[in-house]
Amino acid sequence: MKVTTKKVSLKDKMIRLFTENQALVFQHDTPEISDRRRIAFEEFKLAGFPDTRVENWRNTDLTKVLEADYNYYFQPTFSEGTDLKKIFRCDIPHLHTDMISQLNGWFVSENGSIKTNPDGVIIGSLSAASERFPELINRHLGKYADNKKSGFVALNNAFATDGVFIYVPDNVQVKVPLQMVNIINHDKDIFIQNHNLVIVGKNSELRLVQCDDSVNQQRSLINTVTEIFIDENASLDHYKLQNKNDASTLINNMFFHLERDAKLSTNAITLNGGLIRNENYVRLNGENCEANIMGVYLVDKKQHVDNQVFVDHAFPNCYSNEMFKGIVDDSARAVFNGHILVRKDAQKTNAFQRNKNILLTDKATVNSKPFLEIYADDVKCSHGATVGQLDQTAMFYLRSRGIGIENARMLLLYAFAAEIINHIKIEQLKTRIDDMIKKRLRGELSICEQCVLHCSTMEKPVEFEIDMDKI
Amino acid sequence: MLSIKNLHVAINGKEIIKGLSLEVNQGEVHAIMGPNGTGKSTLAAVIAGREDIFEVTEGEIIYKHKNLLDLSIEDRAREGIFLGFQYPVEIPGVSITNFMRTAINEIRQYKGLDQLSGAEFLKKMDDAKKLVGIQSKLTNRSVNEGFSGGEKKKNEIFQMALLQPELAILDETDSGLDIDALKIVAKGVNSLRSPENAIVVITHYQRLLDYIVPDFVHVLYEGKIVKSGGKELALELEAKGYDWLKSEV
Ligand SMILES: Nc1ncnc2c1ncn2[C@@H]1O[C@H](COP(=O)(O)OP(=O)(O)OP(=O)(O)O)[C@@H](O)[C@H]1O
Ligand SMILES: [Mg+2]
Repeated sequence: MKVTTKKVSLKDKMIRLFTENQALVFQHDTPEISDRRRIAFEEFKLAGFPDTRVENWRNTDLTKVLEADYNYYFQPTFSEGTDLKKIFRCDIPHLHTDMISQLNGWFVSENGSIKTNPDGVIIGSLSAASERFPELINRHLGKYADNKKSGFVALNNAFATDGVFIYVPDNVQVKVPLQMVNIINHDKDIFIQNHNLVIVGKNSELRLVQCDDSVNQQRSLINTVTEIFIDENASLDHYKLQNKNDASTLINNMFFHLERDAKLSTNAITLNGGLIRNENYVRLNGENCEANIMGVYLVDKKQHVDNQVFVDHAFPNCYSNEMFKGIVDDSARAVFNGHILVRKDAQKTNAFQRNKNILLTDKATVNSKPFLEIYADDVKCSHGATVGQLDQTAMFYLRSRGIGIENARMLLLYAFAAEIINHIKIEQLKTRIDDMIKKRLRGELSICEQCVLHCSTMEKPVEFEIDMDKI
Repeated sequence: MLSIKNLHVAINGKEIIKGLSLEVNQGEVHAIMGPNGTGKSTLAAVIAGREDIFEVTEGEIIYKHKNLLDLSIEDRAREGIFLGFQYPVEIPGVSITNFMRTAINEIRQYKGLDQLSGAEFLKKMDDAKKLVGIQSKLTNRSVNEGFSGGEKKKNEIFQMALLQPELAILDETDSGLDIDALKIVAKGVNSLRSPENAIVVITHYQRLLDYIVPDFVHVLYEGKIVKSGGKELALELEAKGYDWLKSEV
């Protein structure tokens, strides 16, 4: 006789895992954090994973993703002293960064799990920070990543025990950009949840580059939360580079919390990935804040990229500007939801939003939806979404000068993406991304053995030179 | 050099050019005049290869002994055809420098020539800039983006000077130009005049022809060339308008 067992849902599996592994989950916690975990776990039990009946998930269907049988680990999947350099190496020409690595979501230490740089900046693993700096952790961890936002956020708050911790004290201008790299390299299907916390002190400045890469073709589901607190008059210049394999799902939840006079610029560059969902929550929690939230995505095949932006104007005299552009090829799909909330007291708010898309085929789709929710009366807000094809008149103009169809397309597509790329303020990074975008547009970019930043051959500049100054 | 025989062109099934014939030889300058909407720009675009909206339903175009209609848009340009657009296209994000460098190098590659070095290209740019009297301020900007009407026209002549075509078709390059700009454009065009090259100017104004003296003037009327003559025909049109030609159709 054949016995058929009903397949356990991922939700039920996670609930069971949590209960069975409490000792490991709670091991580094302060009592406060343990309490927050329990609350988050209850929230997850109620919410479960989002499905397409939830408004903000209507165009992103996770049914297939959640059906897979993932391995889940409560401890690092590699041994102490793993030499990350063997797996992966950074070679952006001339880009000098302070590199912080995670392998399968676990902090990888080269010399200790937490260190203090000469300028006072503390970098380490979240679990080590919980033990060393309990007050900081209690004050910030889980305070911005709201369980109510989605079952994923609640699940992460309940489960995640490791990730990167960065603390910039007050009045420090961090000279070298910090680069966080999360590499996925595992020989089985894997579900990963990490949680990063970044604190930028008063009047301080930080440049942060976050890279998400896979180094093989294995299936993965990553549910990551990053909480970033930007204190008064501090500024953060943030980049998110995504170049993942087609079998990966990335749920990337970013929570930015700005105090008065703080400045944020964040730029999400999606070059490849099976299913990528970026949720950006920006809370402007004081007067005179400024937030630029940008993104560019290039998707093809059956890829799916979904950018969700929620800007919460809670105080007067703040400025926010969202600008997302995408090129969608084959039967890929892009989703954009931009929600601007201007609360009653947030007078003199300036809030802008734009989403522009080029569809290269009939099968490519874009769902773009602005949502302006305004309770103050003295505000300037605008939004606009466009979905179009490559401009045929422009193509004719370029080709009528002798430029072949391929280069003409490249010029137009590149110019379209460049509006976002030009906002990259780290020069070497900009050059590199520029190069990656061109390669991607030519179909030459693959997520090979190395990550977005580590393709070793720069293209020949002859054929396609953008900058007058470089001639 | 260019031989058009019994050309018929339709847009969305509607015939715009209705049996047009025209011979242009090396060393000649032709002017095409005619009322609005008679198909002058359509003719120019068809010669340059615009096939997504214009459909050639009948006739042939032979250029340098080749069947022009078989060539792609870019190959026509590489074979020496240049179209000065009546309405130059704005292309945000693409600098003129990058645009022209890409174009020149692709044309050179087609001809089996080496790519231009940065220095050689800059030298060419400088020469063309001087000829047309435009500044780096303009050439460093995105193609035609935010240019005034006159600047766009000058930019067309600048591109022509850089690409050195064998057959230039200039569609109302004189429209919207002040008198100084008109002289500059004429200077640019005249510098291209040689026994090997040919130029077709489409214009509404006899004024231009004082500066670019044509060998032939044609009147395009309702999709056909209804009258051809020497430069005096332009003066006659200026004086009498087009109505008197109706009887000749
Ligand atoms: N893209 C198009 N779609 C539909 N009709 C068009 C298109 N382009 C041109 N036409 C029509 O074809 C006819 C000829 O237009 P064309 O631009 O060739 O005229 P023209 O002689 O250059 O006029 P002008 O002197 O005003 O520049 C006109 O009736 C015009 O409306
Ligand atoms: Mg016209």
